[in-house]
Amino acid sequence: MRRYLGMTMVSAITIAALAGAAIGDSHADKAAQAAIKARQAQMQLQAYNLGILGEMAKGTIAYDATVAAAAATNLNLLANFDQTMTWPDGTMQGFAEETRAAPEIWSDAAGFADEWAKLAVATEAMKAAAGTDLAALQASIGAVGASCGSCHKAYRGPEN
Amino acid sequence: MSALLRAGVIVVCLGAAIGWGVTRPAPMPTSIAPEHQASAAAGEIIFLAAGCSSCHAAPGAKGEDKLVLTGGAAFPSDFGTFYAPNISPDRVHGIGGWTLEEFAHAVRNGVSPQGQHYYPAFPYAAYSHVTDADIADLFAYIRALPESDVPDQAHKVSFPFSIRRGLGVWKILFTQSDYVVTADLSEEQQRGRYLAEGLGHCAECHTPRNALGGLDRSRWMGGAPNPSGKGRIPNITPGALDWSQADLKVYFSSGLTPEYDSAGGEMAVVIENLSQLPEPDLAALAAYIKVLPAVK
Repeated sequence: MRRYLGMTMVSAITIAALAGAAIGDSHADKAAQAAIKARQAQMQLQAYNLGILGEMAKGTIAYDATVAAAAATNLNLLANFDQTMTWPDGTMQGFAEETRAAPEIWSDAAGFADEWAKLAVATEAMKAAAGTDLAALQASIGAVGASCGSCHKAYRGPEN
Repeated sequence: MSALLRAGVIVVCLGAAIGWGVTRPAPMPTSIAPEHQASAAAGEIIFLAAGCSSCHAAPGAKGEDKLVLTGGAAFPSDFGTFYAPNISPDRVHGIGGWTLEEFAHAVRNGVSPQGQHYYPAFPYAAYSHVTDADIADLFAYIRALPESDVPDQAHKVSFPFSIRRGLGVWKILFTQSDYVVTADLSEEQQRGRYLAEGLGHCAECHTPRNALGGLDRSRWMGGAPNPSGKGRIPNITPGALDWSQADLKVYFSSGLTPEYDSAGGEMAVVIENLSQLPEPDLAALAAYIKVLPAVK
């Protein structure tokens, strides 16, 4: 009887420990998922604002100086958005699902920060250009696009 | 020796002789653009449109380093791995000792100054369209770039592809000097065709190949497996791509897609070059893409 009780105790402790680990994991998982979602939402906001400027540049929507200035200001704010929290460990491609964040974001954090700084500079110039006239806006898009591409080339993994 | 055997020997010898003749590299052109005043500034545009540094700069080179054509980039394929050579103006390890005629022969006919066939990892079939004047300008530009004394790396190609003479047959089968898109084109579309089918050598990635590595001209720009093994290079004909000319122009100049994502993979590297071309050239390239025969 005592032996049986002993076995039960051991099993119970084991189960509790396993359950605890599982709960702990799902907490970490939830935080990682939230960070991935947040940074993807940031990318979407960037694509949205850049889209308004890009369509004006293409002539598919009419140029509006006020709207263009607002969109460019948003882009600049997003480039300066504090990302201390949105790139936690364990959220790189391969370790978390639905992300293409390359390992270089963590192994070369300074280079990654540099790319964001470049975007801040390009969008600062765009902020001044977008509200001026259509030609100035058109001329400012190349540098912003190049900044997107340069960062994606180095720090975005292949399609999942 | 029986008559039959003798006849057999004669046939084999004759075949070998014809084969040897047929696979012989074409002779070098005698004179390239003698009246043309070569301009390195104009050559820079040709250099960018042809994407020379994307293959011939050191792998991963950035900024000014992209102008040091030191070679070394690896190109894996079904036939082996090819390494881009040093084409900097270094006299020993690069092309500093070449004449303009030798350069033209290499770029357009895929034949080295020593009379050897180059492997078609070097897209000379596309470059065969390049004009004498553009070749002369390009040569002037490359000759003014920094020298690099890095020696070439030998290709890792297995038998029978290791016999360069065999490339003579490949050239007969798969290099055609005529354009693929032969519809009645506007001046802008013709310029786009020169940029896309010639200098830009877009088809090298965007057109599928047959078992011997020749481009399937019936599925021109219709998309192909990525030679790296992962993913596919997209179909860019109107059969699959519905981007407008304005969309394409913004894409070439900024890398931004109509969804405002940015170009990825090898295309990001291509955009780094294209985005430096004059605006009318980007419009021309876009105009050509819009008249491609649709591939489903």
